[in-house]
Amino acid sequence: GTQVKDVVIKSDAPSALLLDKHADYIAAYGSKKDDYEYTLSEYLRMSGIYWGLTVMDLMGQLTRMNQQEISDFIKSCQHDCGGVSASIGHDPHVLYTLSAVQILSLYDNVNVLDVDKVVEYVRGLQQEDGSFAGDKWGEIDTRFSFCAVATLALLGRLDAINMDKAVEFVLSCMNFDGGFGCRPGSESHAGQIYCCTGFLSIAGQLHQVNADLLGWWLCERQLPSGGLNGRPEKLPDVCYSWWVLASLKIIGRIHWIDKSKLRSFILACQDEETGGFADRPGDMVDPFHTLFGVAGLSLLGEGQIKDVNPVLCMPEDVLERLGLHPDLLSYSTPLVPAAIVFNRSSSSMS
Amino acid sequence: MYRDRKEWADLEPVPQDDGPNPVVKIAYSDKFTDVYDYFRALLKNDEKSDRALLLTAEAIELNAANYTVWHYRRVLLQALEKDLREEMRYITAIIEDQPKNYQVWHHRRMVVEWLNDPSEELEFIAEILSQDAKNYHAWQHRQWVIKEYKLWDSELEYVEQLLEEDVRNNSAWNQRHYIISHTTGYSDPAILNREVQYSLKQIKKAPHNESVWNYLKGILQDLGLSSHPGLLEQILELKETHCSPYLLGFLVDIYEDFLENTLEHHEEVLSKALELCELLAREKDTIRREYWSYVGRSLQTKYGSTSNRLIWIHSH
Repeated sequence: GTQVKDVVIKSDAPSALLLDKHADYIAAYGSKKDDYEYTLSEYLRMSGIYWGLTVMDLMGQLTRMNQQEISDFIKSCQHDCGGVSASIGHDPHVLYTLSAVQILSLYDNVNVLDVDKVVEYVRGLQQEDGSFAGDKWGEIDTRFSFCAVATLALLGRLDAINMDKAVEFVLSCMNFDGGFGCRPGSESHAGQIYCCTGFLSIAGQLHQVNADLLGWWLCERQLPSGGLNGRPEKLPDVCYSWWVLASLKIIGRIHWIDKSKLRSFILACQDEETGGFADRPGDMVDPFHTLFGVAGLSLLGEGQIKDVNPVLCMPEDVLERLGLHPDLLSYSTPLVPAAIVFNRSSSSMS
Repeated sequence: MYRDRKEWADLEPVPQDDGPNPVVKIAYSDKFTDVYDYFRALLKNDEKSDRALLLTAEAIELNAANYTVWHYRRVLLQALEKDLREEMRYITAIIEDQPKNYQVWHHRRMVVEWLNDPSEELEFIAEILSQDAKNYHAWQHRQWVIKEYKLWDSELEYVEQLLEEDVRNNSAWNQRHYIISHTTGYSDPAILNREVQYSLKQIKKAPHNESVWNYLKGILQDLGLSSHPGLLEQILELKETHCSPYLLGFLVDIYEDFLENTLEHHEEVLSKALELCELLAREKDTIRREYWSYVGRSLQTKYGSTSNRLIWIHSH
């Protein structure tokens, strides 16, 4: 049959951008009465704070958040090994180490942490084959390769790891369809593709990507509703507006998405009453999807939102301050003739 | 409640320290608070006991994504030298209940490694996949088990069974590529042709199927799509009865490969390719019209001269 797995956007779905509502939603998150969800997500609190602060900064509302409290919290989450945990009393992990460094970069205050120890921690996670474990328990995933280099890039310490080996491992995760999975052989997945293209950008190795092939796979994520899914035959989800779109931006092919249809989908994912974005229209909102909805709109050129960097998912002006300009492939217009060399009657030259 | 049990009376429960945005206690589930207050107490005292192990199970039941609880459980399993077979039964039940969680699968992998026994894995993973055939974690685990313990033999058969059930299962197509790459490889022309014919057969069953077209292109792209004998004819035949935007796009790819590798009939092939790009952009795959325009422009620029071959350089 020809049925496509997709959603249908109702005619009364939100179609205007409600930035003020989103700012109010984030500012109030965690202090609202409905705290069970907040408690349940303690194990990712550091990332939750990163999502909240980043989206507030993109909306020009960072000052509404409590910098001192957050900095103190981060400080108390750094462990002796140098790694940072999601929250107090939790174990360190590279995911939350990156989030912590990203947050402190927004505040231009990375020295709240013992930076040398952070670097040591990240260095210690690299395996012999170049891959990175997430923590001492050894789970390997290209997400962690990205977290490692993004952390070090923000700290100006990329020299701390074996970059050649790290690149070798990530490239070994490139699949027959041009995409990337979490480990060699794993199915291509938009989230992993974002991590790998982001990694290769930081590593200065984007030329190793088959941009046309991967760009095609990525633009195939767009469904008739305008939304993007993460792999074939899956429903659209607003967070893929980030993972897919940022990847396309990194490899210079963002024009291959129908921007106006995607924009409509993202806007439809807003909740007009509570503020925030949900994974798809009508569902419950959360800070994760709120960040990626707003960041996706930024990539689409939304004037009211600050420019977001597609590699690090942080405001461009923050990276400007840090002097960080990760590579992006350009949108190559088709090849330009350099010279007329032969005419048809002569022998071939290719 | 742990706070009411006399055998737990020796422990001082540790309330949650939330850092910023202090929690409003009213909204908590009482049981959740109780269990986690005592978990934090155990961690603080670094207690290694059977009651601690039991508590981790309760904490996991309330929040299976809390990775620190899983860490602690593993520390306890090793320190107390617990029966790992029992742990396998435990993690099996947890995964059945919450199969989309990184921690539970990583925990299972650790137990399998400690036991050095994969004998239950393929059947267990198949059971989980029967409930959700695309569970990303399950597929990772499956690939690891197969590679680590060399359990390749019956996997292709399993993949075919899944594709019978749902020919659009992208994970299964990925697994197909995984198995063949790691066993026979694709370099034997008989194997390559077998796979091409298998793909064409699946296309007839469900022409609008991204995965099979990506697979077909993937296995042929090294040798070149236009080099496979008879493929173009088969595709043109399918075009009459089982057309789709994917088929048309694949035809463009074949023509492009032809243009890259042959000198004859350029004008004819190019014009066919451009016509298809235009059809796709204008009518058959309009949401990706930018892509099809790009492909058309690229072909035009690269092969478009009627009387000259040109040297091309990239513009960036």
